[in-house]
Amino acid sequence: MPGVPLEHVLFVGLVLFALGLYTVLTRRNAIGILMGIELLLNAANIDYVAFARYSGTPTDGQIFAIFVIMLAAAEAAVGLAIVLGIYRNFESIDVDATHSLRH
Amino acid sequence: MSSSAALFYVFAAFTIVCAAGVAFSRNIVHSAFALLGALFGVAAIYVFLAADFVAGAQFLIYIGGILVLILFAVMLTHRIADVAVSNRAAGRPAALAVVGAAAWILGRAIVATRWPVAAALSDAPTTHAIGDGFLGPYVLPFELASFVLLAVLVGAIVVSRKELRG
Repeated sequence: MPGVPLEHVLFVGLVLFALGLYTVLTRRNAIGILMGIELLLNAANIDYVAFARYSGTPTDGQIFAIFVIMLAAAEAAVGLAIVLGIYRNFESIDVDATHSLRH
Repeated sequence: MSSSAALFYVFAAFTIVCAAGVAFSRNIVHSAFALLGALFGVAAIYVFLAADFVAGAQFLIYIGGILVLILFAVMLTHRIADVAVSNRAAGRPAALAVVGAAAWILGRAIVATRWPVAAALSDAPTTHAIGDGFLGPYVLPFELASFVLLAVLVGAIVVSRKELRG
């Protein structure tokens, strides 16, 4: 891809990271927080793949990106199962409402 | 500027607009569909970075798996149409301060660092090399990953099932 310097790709990752961090910090909805975490992981992944490409040896960084995608799937499965459990117990997925471990 | 570089900036802008939709939308369903756009844009960026297999994995796992899970969870928790309930935001000024500080530090790091860039960038497909890596130097993390996924599946079922009493 001629013409796109590495810094511009990193800035895309930076903006995604900032938006994901803002989502995680401001949302009171547990599913919204999970969406923010997905944005953060994608920002990190963009940087992994970008560094891998511009270093000239693309394999290792892409393998790490695939591990991140896999662990994101694991995190989403467990996280959403916990969210459904919280919803059954508290009738709400507002993280401020869940101040105790049992109802 | 070449047309592929221009297309990269188009997809980057699309990704950022969709991510902003995730962050600022007042409706959780709109956030979920904005996340769909953002994940699609990231997959397109992987294509421009010559990471064909990662782009495919992004499509299959993120868009086909994680996003569907998120949409299920959104639909299963009711009263989502009510904005005040579904996607309330809190602590905006403090969050903006934290995010601004983090973005400023990271931006300074990006600008100030002299990144070593290879002279010739390869556009060759990497799927073969990734497969060799998973069954060569990365075989232990690969096997651990499959074990983690099995534990996660069992754990998710245990956490989300209905408790039987009596």
